[in-house]
This record gives sequence, C-alpha cells and structure tokens, in this order.
Amino acid sequence: MAEPKTKYDRQLRIWGEQGQAALEKASICLLNCGPTGSETLKNLVLGGVGSITIVDGSKVELGDLGNNFMVDESSLGQSKAKCVCSFLQELNDAVKAKFIEEHPEALIDTNPSFFSQFTLVVATQLVEESMVKLDRICREANVMLIFARSYGLTGLVRISVKEHAVIESKPDHFLDDLRLNNPWPELRGFAEAIDLNVQDPVAHKHIPYVVILVKMADEWIKSHGGSLPSTREEKREFKELLKARMVAMDEDNYKEAIDASFKVFAPRGISSDLQQIIIDSCAEVASNSSDFWVMVAALKEFIANEGGGEAPLEGSIPDMTSSTEHYINLQKIYQAKSEADFLVIEKRVRNILKKIGRDPNSIPKATIKSFCKNARKLKVCRYRLIEDEYNNPSLPELQKYLTDEDYSIAVGFYILLRAVDRYAANFNSFPGQFDGGMDEDISRLKTTAVSLLNDLGCNGLTLTEDLINEMCRFGAAELHTVAAFIGGIASQEVIKLITKQFVPMSGTYVFNGIDHKSQLLSLY
Amino acid sequence: MADAAPPSKSRDLDKLLLRPGNLVGPSFEPGVQLRDDLQEYAKVLVVGAGGLGCELLKDLALSGFKNLEVIDMDRIEVTNLNRQFLFRLEDVGKPKAEVAAKRVMERVSGVNIVPHFCRIEDKDIEFYSDFNIIALGLDSIEARSYINAVACSFLEYDSDDNPREETMKPMVDGGTEGFKGHARVIVPGVTPCFECTIWLFPPQVKFPLCTLAETPRNAAHCIEYAHLIKWDEGHSGKAFDPDNPDHMKWVYDEAVKRAELFGIPGVTYSLTQGVVKNIIPAIASTNAIISAACALETLKIASGCSKTLSNYLTYNGVEGLHTKVTEFVKDKDCLVCGPGVLVELDATVTLQKFIDMLEEHPKLLMSKASITYRGKNLYMQAPPVLEEMTRSNLSLPLYDLMDKVPKDILHATGTINKDNKKSSGLRKLRVNFKGIDGVTDMDMAGGA
Repeated sequence: MAEPKTKYDRQLRIWGEQGQAALEKASICLLNCGPTGSETLKNLVLGGVGSITIVDGSKVELGDLGNNFMVDESSLGQSKAKCVCSFLQELNDAVKAKFIEEHPEALIDTNPSFFSQFTLVVATQLVEESMVKLDRICREANVMLIFARSYGLTGLVRISVKEHAVIESKPDHFLDDLRLNNPWPELRGFAEAIDLNVQDPVAHKHIPYVVILVKMADEWIKSHGGSLPSTREEKREFKELLKARMVAMDEDNYKEAIDASFKVFAPRGISSDLQQIIIDSCAEVASNSSDFWVMVAALKEFIANEGGGEAPLEGSIPDMTSSTEHYINLQKIYQAKSEADFLVIEKRVRNILKKIGRDPNSIPKATIKSFCKNARKLKVCRYRLIEDEYNNPSLPELQKYLTDEDYSIAVGFYILLRAVDRYAANFNSFPGQFDGGMDEDISRLKTTAVSLLNDLGCNGLTLTEDLINEMCRFGAAELHTVAAFIGGIASQEVIKLITKQFVPMSGTYVFNGIDHKSQLLSLY
Repeated sequence: MADAAPPSKSRDLDKLLLRPGNLVGPSFEPGVQLRDDLQEYAKVLVVGAGGLGCELLKDLALSGFKNLEVIDMDRIEVTNLNRQFLFRLEDVGKPKAEVAAKRVMERVSGVNIVPHFCRIEDKDIEFYSDFNIIALGLDSIEARSYINAVACSFLEYDSDDNPREETMKPMVDGGTEGFKGHARVIVPGVTPCFECTIWLFPPQVKFPLCTLAETPRNAAHCIEYAHLIKWDEGHSGKAFDPDNPDHMKWVYDEAVKRAELFGIPGVTYSLTQGVVKNIIPAIASTNAIISAACALETLKIASGCSKTLSNYLTYNGVEGLHTKVTEFVKDKDCLVCGPGVLVELDATVTLQKFIDMLEEHPKLLMSKASITYRGKNLYMQAPPVLEEMTRSNLSLPLYDLMDKVPKDILHATGTINKDNKKSSGLRKLRVNFKGIDGVTDMDMAGGA
C-alpha cells in the first residue's frame, strides 16, 4: 500500500527518503508531558518517528485541561503520561508509543542507565539541578539531548550534544562551484571548441554563459600577464568586454555572463569555514575516529594534493540560457570531473581506514559520494555541557548582551530563568506561583537575580524592575501558545539532529514573547 | 502568605489575564472581567483549516477564546496528515473546516466553533465585519489579498484623514514553507496592510515557453512542456485537472518521453506533481511555531496582556535558528488600507454609469462590480435572486441611492484586471458629489 509514503509526501520533499528512514529508526524519550513536551512530541509523531517513550509522574488536573490539547475531561485524575501517550498514538499508528508513570527527577537520580537506550531525549520543564545531572548522563551515554522550557511569556531551547557533524547541510542560497576562476583542462577544452563569433544569431544567443566566461577570462589572462581582473576598474572593464560581445539586445546568455562575472573574480580555494574543519584536531584520525572525520582527513589530503587547493567538484550546474546540446554536454563535463574527484577521495578514504586499522570498506561508497558532493557545505556543531556554561559563561559575551538593547530582554530572561530555579530551591515554589505576597516574591527574586549575576562576575549589572515584575507575574505558568512555539522549535531541532540534515541551532535560544525579539545567546 | 488558588481550567492563563504588569498593552485592564469578556464577547475568525488553521484553532481554544469560526473550501487529503493533526485517515474526503471544528470542540469543552465549508468570496462583507480579529492561515497570495481588502474596507477615516480606531479590524497572518515562515500583525490604518508590502511576495517565476518548446535543459522543463504545451495538443479543449491521477500520469509519461529524447535526467512522478501543482513542502513543526506566534498575538490584541509584535516576524530554521522582527512601514497611498480611492461624480450619474466607470478608472480597473453602501446592497452581480432584486437600482442616480449624502464611502467588489491578471478584489471608494457640498449638509440636518 502506498499510503504511508503519500502521507509523508510534503516532508519527503524536504528531507528525502534517507531523512525519513532516520526518523523512523529513532527512539525518542520525553521528560514531562505538559504542553511543551506534548506539543514537541506531536510534531515528531506526525512526522513518523520510530518510537516515543513518555516519562511523567503527574496526574491530570483541571488546570492541565486549559493548556494541553492532549488531555481532556475524561483524563482528570489519570496518569498524564498515559493520556498524552494514547492521544499521540491516535495521530500516527506507525509510531510505537509507550509511557512510564514516574517523575523524571526520580529517574535521573535512581536510574541513569535508563537513558542510554534512546536516540534522543527531549527534556522539558526541568529545573537547573536536574538539567545539569541529566546532561552529564546523556553526554556520557552519547545520547542526544535537547532542553525545552516554557515559562510565562518566555522560555528556552538548548541542544546538548558533544559533536554533531552535518554532511547534508542544505543551505538555501549556495552557489554552484563552476570553477570559472580556475577551469580544469576538459572544461577549458570544451569552451575552446565553441566559437563566440558564430554568425548564426540563434547559435550566438545559446552559448552557455559558463563557456563565455571561461573564454573571456582566458583572453583576459593572456593580455594581463597571467592574472584575472582584480581591481574595481578591471572588473568594470571585463564586464564592458562582455557587453561588447553582444550582437543583439535580447541575448540572455550574455546578461547572465555579466551577472555571473563575479565568479571569475572570486578568490580560488576553499572557504574559511572549511579551512577550520580541516585544521580541526579531529582530522588527525585514529582507530576510534568517526567516519565523518576519516572522510575529512581524506578531503584534507585531496585539497593539498590532487585538488590543488580546491575541494572536490560537486558537479552540479545551475540552469542557464543554452541550447539543449551545449547544456547537456557541459553537465557531462562537470559530472565527469566530479566523479574523478570522488574516486580519488574514495581511494584516500580506503587507505586511511586501512592505516588506522579499520576495514577499508567500512564506509559505504554512497556516503563518500554524498560527502564529496557536500564537501564545501560541511558543518560541525559542538555544544558545551550545561554545567560548564552555567558555571563559566563567556563573560565578555554576557556583558555585551546585557548592555545591548536588542538583547537586553532576552538575556534578562536567560538570567531570570536561572534565578527562578534558585528561588524555587530556596523557597519551595516559583516566584508568583501562588496568588498573594507578590511584593515579597518580587523583592526575593530581585535579590536572587543580583546574587546570580554577582556569581557570574557581572557585578554592578542589573535587570530592569519591569522584567523582574513580569517574571513574577508569569508565576511559572505554562501558556499553551508559548508551549506550542517552544515545542515547535524543539521538534524542528530534533528533526535536524536525527536526519543529520540542515544545521541545528547553536547556543541557547531565549524566547521573548513580549515583542518577539527572541535571541540566540552564544555563551561559549 | 501565598495561597493556592482553587482549581481552575484557566490556571495558567489567569496569571497573564488577572495580574497587572508593566510591559503590557495600553488598554490592559487585568481582572476576572477581562477573562470573562474574552470568553463571552471576543469572536475570532480563522481563515483556512489547513496546516496553520488546525494549529490556530487549537491554540485559540486554549487561549481563552470560546467563540471561533473557521472557513475553508477544501476537503481533507492524505498528504495533509503529516501535519494537519486534527485529521485522521478515515477523514479523507471530508470538509476540513467541519472536521477541524468538531475535533477541537470534542477536546476543549466550552468552546464553540462554527465551520464554514465554502470559498472566502462566497461570504458577503458583513460576515467578516462580525469578528473582532481575523486570523489567517492561508497558502495563497490571492486569498490573503482578498481578506486583507475585506478587513481594510471596514476602516473609516475622519475628516482629517486619521483612521478611526473603532473601525479597525485587526488581522494576524501566518505563512510557512519548509523550515521557514512568517507571522505578522496587521492593524489597518496603523501598520502596513498586506497590500502595502505586497513586494514581500514576489510572483512565481515561470519558464519562458520558448525554453520549454525548443531548448529544454532540465527535468522541470520537460514536465512543464508536457503540462503546458503537449496536453493542449493531445486533448482538444479538455482542461487539465491536477487532481486527476490519470491526467498527472499522462503528463509524467510525456515528460519522460521528452526527457529521453533530449538526454535529460531526473523526471520522476513526485517531481512531476511538485512542478505541476507547485507543491510547497510543509511540516508540522514550522506550522506549529508560526501558528503559535499568531495565536499569541491574537490573545494580546484582544486582551492587551502584553505588548504586540510590531509588526513582522520571520523564522528560518534552515541553517541554525534565526528569528527576526522587522517593523515595516505603511504605504500612505495604499489603495487598500488608505482612505480610499477618491471618485468625483455629478449628482446625476446613475449606478450603471458608475459601475461602467470603475472598469475604466486607472487605479481600479474593476469589472463586473457589485456595490454596497453602508451594508446595503445597491447592486449585486450574483446570486441571480439578488441580482434581480437590485437590478432596478441601476437606472437610479447614485446620489439618491446614497441617501443624498454628498461625501461617503462605498464598497465595490469585482474582478480586478492588473498586469493582465484577473483576481477578485474589493475596493473602498470615497465618493464625492460635485457642487453640492455644504448645502446638502444643511438639508440633511434639516431633514433629520
């Protein structure tokens, strides 16, 4: 039956069969199934994750009916984990759904090995102490972890994974590598065989711009002592030369050539981002290196040798005005070079594997191919332990945020989200959680926040009264819309982590529901 | 001493609605009354019951709103199920609006949702005036444009051309594509309306026909050739129906043949559907994020419990996570949210003549116009009963039909011909009758 595939059609167009297969293999654990957790899981269940395990020890109360769609009147007094689980199962019967009626804090304290069975843990509404403990457990067990918390009109999302390497980062606007500034012999040969002065006007306006630029750049090099246009004046002159070659006003190929001429002027070689990756100490591989870093090591060798400073060619070209024949032939030339580069890298990968004592065929051909096609887009994300960030945030960054108007509310909430946990540890409730005594709560929260700032080394910096008041007003409320927003972000990041596609967020995302000027804080 | 409040369904929402705050809207009056008023009086219309609409209905139902309506002309399809969480496999084929309303009412007690299974143009303008806020969960520019024009048509300006607050019909609008989306607040007369910033939605680029016919280079070119050129050649007059699987299969087969002929790789059935139906990839998480932002803003507009988004939020989760707020500015001369297009007329001009003029008016270019004045139908092109009822007005002077008011607002709905494209639209017209200003004012005063 074709049904499951059809059902996922709109997302398969984003992450493909491979991404979907990764999702279907994943097992996710959710801690606490209030609206934040429930909404996170809802989005993942709809997308078809393999299995979910919900951990929550609470019973459904009347108040839960006002903020959580996964429970209803018939759930009152029952296990929240059970009710949420059964609703989620209704959404997608392909997902294996189970629940454990237990408080996550208890599980963290008494059964840390429980977490090692999962691909990823989504921890919602945890206080700092539990976050820190769970973080250590998951890091040790090599389980991906994501924290999500909704608190009044604020909240946060934070990923904690030692290292997440992405091959298919799928950036939005990434220019194809056409090597117009550094053509290889076959491309140059192809261009040479085409006459730019062809008399037939139809043929003239169907010469692909790639050919025009390769030829014109060659001409320029010959008359300029071997160098490409580099000054503003030279670049302008180069474009004028292109324009002068047009024989009619409607020659789109020449317009495209002029628009793309910056590719001729671009510096050769790899980007600084890729440079960072190949000089990373992990690129010095050993027997326990990941496949990713083994391939990076091969890439590094390639760039230094056969690549002549360039990454392997991806082989794709954009659509351009051209006759079908020229375009197809051009495509073949790029693809042939891409295939040749891949073969070199594959050989290097196999050699490296052998050298470090691993099965030379342990990395599949398709993986190496995908790596080569995405070599310029590789991403490596690393996340500090929560504990390290909390004990030792980057002070200059923190101070910069505190004094920057665009960041002040978001960083204020970041501090206050920590302060309310300290507060709760001292006073057994969150500020403003219950009605009455608001003034006292406000002054206590203020004292707590000031001492937290002092502990972080931000002496003298304070938060505005308005923001502290607001935090007390929130009283640890979990509003449905905020939970749905935070849960939406969390599930989006989970998808990126599991499919190993696109780039997950870095730092801590602090939600500002007052004016939506939310921020990503990098306190590394 | 801190007291535990008695159990209540609005335990969490009460913190926001009952307690005073400093970072709130100017009209915020916290208290039980506010919460009750929100439940009793606030009416919100959700336009669209798809990916965003399903989320919006749930979010609003859990944000203290009890009077909701939803309008959608579509029926449920299998490809909706990866994100439109109110629908199940057995619902396929049923009207989205009806199933969505039913599911939310089943789970959230006390909420009333009225579904409307029809096109947005099928409702008269008065239908839309009934709501305090309109929340848009749409995927088409045309539909947004239409609702925007309707909401802006209620806006009136005072004699100094300042918008009158009590006539403003706020909208929240969301949109998503893959890992990206936007949420915005539109308060006609205050923030830019959809039309003021229409440039944010550039029209889709189409392939030149000569490329399709003569120099195809990629799979999409082959598919569009089969779809736009070959279909008409092979099916004398029979329209292509993208929802007919036989039609789609035919286009796919033709595209494959063409691709083979030119040695072009990559034509698949999935790509054929994507190109022909212009399918926008969609996932649950992005819809959830954008809808939540829209619902939160709806709550804030209705209650003043916090500041509002000013006025455009973008979300991009492709590379990392980026959210950004941009404060766009109003186009002072906007035809839709401005004071209205000024039309100067002689008092003798008949309604028929006036309707004919709209077609020629360079700023309007509206054909087949229906005209309403202060909620009264002066002439309706459809349905036939209304047309018949109002036909006799055509020969009467407009001035008389407007109760001899020398200067007032009219609404015209019809087909707008812009850039060789036809779309249904609504325009607000400021009609000014020449030569009778002042005198008539006195007449009116005397007659009243």
